[in-house]
Amino acid sequence: MAKPRVKAPDKVKAGEIFEVKTLISHKMETGLRKDSKTGETIPRNIIDSFVAKFNGAQVFAVQSHAAISANPYFAFYMKANKSGELELTWREETGKTWSAKKTITVE
Amino acid sequence: MTAKVELMRVGRRDFVRGATAVAAMAAIISLPGGPAHAERNLQEAMKSVTGDAKPMEGKVSLTLPEIAENGNTVPFSFTVESPMSDTDYVKAVHIFASGNPRPDVASFMFSPASGKAAANSRMRLAKTQDVIAIAQMSDGKLYMAKRTVKVTIGGCGG
Repeated sequence: MAKPRVKAPDKVKAGEIFEVKTLISHKMETGLRKDSKTGETIPRNIIDSFVAKFNGAQVFAVQSHAAISANPYFAFYMKANKSGELELTWREETGKTWSAKKTITVE
Repeated sequence: MTAKVELMRVGRRDFVRGATAVAAMAAIISLPGGPAHAERNLQEAMKSVTGDAKPMEGKVSLTLPEIAENGNTVPFSFTVESPMSDTDYVKAVHIFASGNPRPDVASFMFSPASGKAAANSRMRLAKTQDVIAIAQMSDGKLYMAKRTVKVTIGGCGG
């Protein structure tokens, strides 16, 4: 569970606006569902935060609630003036985190 | 004889109609998460973002399907008109679903390095309802947009 995937260009022009697409496999358990066999409520467990940093500075972030679908998909835009590393971090309510990195070269 | 039958029929229909109305009213009164309750939740959730300010119409364009067959994954996107400069940019966009058990969907945070205040994601919708986007600008101004989505199969587990 919870494998992040990122799609972003390898090379961009300085100041060019480009799209970053992200997906992480995660059930996003709402805490409202019941187990069909036992009838017990399945405990809530969601990703409540997603942060995108470029060269250490926050570019974009999401505070997500249970209404975000399973396998959260976030696509956003950004621009860069010099090459650097895009670092994406997903955090589960339990405190568990996942991250992905992608080098972007500014031509 | 004929008259009597006619009377009886009317009497039975009236009884059925009356009983249905009573049952419907009872259902509305007894529902803990009835419409009034959900509406209050939405107002509270929106107030946590807007404070006492009233959002203006415009600048925000919110895209959602008119009919969502599966409420478990409803794609949505938005874009906010803004120069996205260091002094004039969109700080955040908050999304609310008026008819979900909890109206909060997500808050998207932007910076001047975003270049464009736009994003794409997918949400759960429990039933047919309005989805609301409120954009918070760097100068504190608020703008909002609203879309109605018809949901065929609700998605919130259960």
